[in-house]
Amino acid sequence: MGIFDYFKSKNAPSSASVAKDRLQIIVAHERTKRHQPDYLPQMQQEIIDVIRKYVQIGSEDVQIQLDNTDDCSVLELNVTLPDQN
Amino acid sequence: MAKIIVVTSGKGGVGKTTSSAAIGTGIALKGHKTVIIDFDVGLRNLDLIMGCERRVVYDFVNVINKEATLSQALIKDKRTKDLFILPASQTRDKDALTIEGVQEVLEELAKEFDYIICDSPAGIEKGAQMALYFADAAIVVTNPEVSSVRDSDRILGILQSKSKRAEEGKEPIEEHLLLTRYHPERVALGEMLSVSDVEDILAIPILGVVPESEAVLKASNQGTPVILDTVSEAGQAYLDAVERLMGEELPLRFLEVQKKSFMKRLLGG
Repeated sequence: MGIFDYFKSKNAPSSASVAKDRLQIIVAHERTKRHQPDYLPQMQQEIIDVIRKYVQIGSEDVQIQLDNTDDCSVLELNVTLPDQN
Repeated sequence: MAKIIVVTSGKGGVGKTTSSAAIGTGIALKGHKTVIIDFDVGLRNLDLIMGCERRVVYDFVNVINKEATLSQALIKDKRTKDLFILPASQTRDKDALTIEGVQEVLEELAKEFDYIICDSPAGIEKGAQMALYFADAAIVVTNPEVSSVRDSDRILGILQSKSKRAEEGKEPIEEHLLLTRYHPERVALGEMLSVSDVEDILAIPILGVVPESEAVLKASNQGTPVILDTVSEAGQAYLDAVERLMGEELPLRFLEVQKKSFMKRLLGG
């Protein structure tokens, strides 16, 4: 390790800590997905199809999420409707 | 009642078979009758690591298909008393393993053995799921490296949802983290994830840390489980891991940078 590397390493985070940060984010993200039931994507599609019978929306306008706490599950459905005019 | 332990990882090449061979041998050395089963159908390798490749006549799939009896297929280890190997089939496709077939073999083995070690294939597909399905405990082999840690987390998810214990709502599979190929020097330089980093991310208790060691390749070259090389750090780390698996509490070793003595430096050791 040269003298310049020594000064550089004082400022930049070590590659191991970068790895740890990245892993913590991706693992947390994948864990929330893991607990979602398999039927969720299909349910989302069917909800979109029903709404489309009445209002023109894109598939990205419906957000669906299932949150589990200790003794209750909350299904959150967020539909962005198009502007009225 | 036999205890079924799966050695798994998700990622390939992290040391599952090396660890299965070492830990299976270590348990047998403690006087427990042990069998190690190679679940990697089509890519048999446990036989090579255990040094019994020329003694394979019948395999796991032959037993499932009733083409051979268990006693015909089991290979008795020549070095270690109370240790047997059930080799994987080399030629057939992965669909040769069925839940019913595996269950039947495990039930028969459970009558005779104290410990059944299941050496899982890599991946999260059917073969890996079959290896972990009946497990009571899991040893998750992980390298301190991003893809291995992520895959270990995936396999933990499968242990918690797709195993027999999970499906039947029984007490969950005991989880143990085995960190292999550890370089204390690189950890000290901030170039490698440390034991506590990996523990923080995976959040399961640590069974052992095996340092990167020349002894592992030397042992596999010779077909001897590395745990029998009691002079090597890797061998000692596996011996410690077996003690912990049996419930002993031992401090982790080989985590610090070894200071080379002046003479060693001089001689290039």
